[in-house]
Amino acid sequence: MTILFAFLVVGLLGALLGVGLASAAKALAVTKDERLEQLEGALPGLNCGACGYAGCASYAEAVAGEETTLTLCSPGGPEAASELGRIMGVEVDVSGTKMVAQVHCRGGRDVSEYAFEYNGLEDCTALYLLYGGDKICKSSCLGLGTCIRVCPADAIGYDDEGRIWVDKDVCISCGKCIEICPTGVMKWIPYDADYIVACNNTEPAKLVRKYCKVGCIACKICEKKSPEGGFVVENDLSTIDYSITGDRSVAVEKCPPKCIIPVTVREIPEVPAEEPVPVAVAEPASGDGEPERDGDETS
Amino acid sequence: MTYIGIIITFVFINNFILTQFLGLCPFIGVSKNVDSAVGMGFAVTFVMSIASLTTWAIYRWLLVPLNLGFLQTITFILVIAALVQLVEMVIQKISPPLYKALGIYLPLITTNCAVLGIALIAVRSGYNALESFIAGFAAGLGFLLAIVLMSTLREKLDAEWVPRPFRGTPIAFITGGLMALAFMAFDKALLRNLIG
Repeated sequence: MTILFAFLVVGLLGALLGVGLASAAKALAVTKDERLEQLEGALPGLNCGACGYAGCASYAEAVAGEETTLTLCSPGGPEAASELGRIMGVEVDVSGTKMVAQVHCRGGRDVSEYAFEYNGLEDCTALYLLYGGDKICKSSCLGLGTCIRVCPADAIGYDDEGRIWVDKDVCISCGKCIEICPTGVMKWIPYDADYIVACNNTEPAKLVRKYCKVGCIACKICEKKSPEGGFVVENDLSTIDYSITGDRSVAVEKCPPKCIIPVTVREIPEVPAEEPVPVAVAEPASGDGEPERDGDETS
Repeated sequence: MTYIGIIITFVFINNFILTQFLGLCPFIGVSKNVDSAVGMGFAVTFVMSIASLTTWAIYRWLLVPLNLGFLQTITFILVIAALVQLVEMVIQKISPPLYKALGIYLPLITTNCAVLGIALIAVRSGYNALESFIAGFAAGLGFLLAIVLMSTLREKLDAEWVPRPFRGTPIAFITGGLMALAFMAFDKALLRNLIG
């Protein structure tokens, strides 16, 4: 008898709750804008926040509520903007060039002078709080990779020379790295830019020469050698006016510190290349020859 | 006075996470930053309060008259799961901002053992309706306290140097263990000294 009761009670309770929930779901159904799903589908779904909204879903909501413009999604580019326009039934002007981020510095251990030895948190922002960085040049790449960690698309990494480099084909133009970079060395360039002046230092050449071998010394040779190239030397720093598309190759060759470099896809090795050290005598201590990757963390 | 006793008991002395070790999944999983920990804590408090009241009614008016007390675990799970679903729907309809704040955490706690735990403990302690409700609310506050303390500690730990094998969850476990040790200071004698 108890078993029957137990069976009945649980069964009836379950059935009641089921029916109750089902009818409640119907009675309390929240009507959703059906365009919302389509709009979300048209966006890349990276949730990078470049549009200024919390994610793709909230941007889609804002678009559906006609609170904002349709061209804010930089990762999606013109395709996403025109798709949004099609769903909303609006014409969208999709002209404009795609911009990507790039590091404008090639300084590092072998070419730059350092002011002190930094041993703190592995983060550019933390390092910048300490006298603006450990390099003497205060507008250089600090190299601790805060931009790498903030990048939602994994477009940034250390290249074969150990410098930070953006893969422009992976970059989604969200601008997070530019926002977070404390020295401002990460800057916008057009996607089809052929060369960049890889320096961000605006101090006089006299000083730059002392502490960096690859810093721009504002010698104006680029302006003279490639007059069609759109080079502008201002504030002791050469920059390229990308609206001018003349030949820049002569200036690249003649630049004394060789800081005008092509924007090619640099090899970003997964693991820093380690040459196997040839050991003449097979001793058990052969591990000493290989530098440990995260040795600094355990010190 | 018994109400204050119940509150102190469930917030400090029998803290659900740090003394009874119930509901450890969200304690570790949702304590990475303070904002989500606060959201989770309030969602749990809310669900525990209404769940302990509802299950008390089910027990008192359905299971006891039919002499089916042994069915408490299975019926409580059933009722709590359905209740949370219903509450989620109601919140979504009535208050979208509250739904945005609590909504994503609600489905996570439908079958949380802390919620079932307070229902069973309240029944076993022979509480009346109001006492059950207060016990549920207090246990939720205890959960909120523990998870917020934990999340602030973990946010600080993120910026600290931690030996590689201990990074992430292991150091969180150690932190939780040390917090549990600290909560051993709250015991029955303290309660007696406080409220006589």
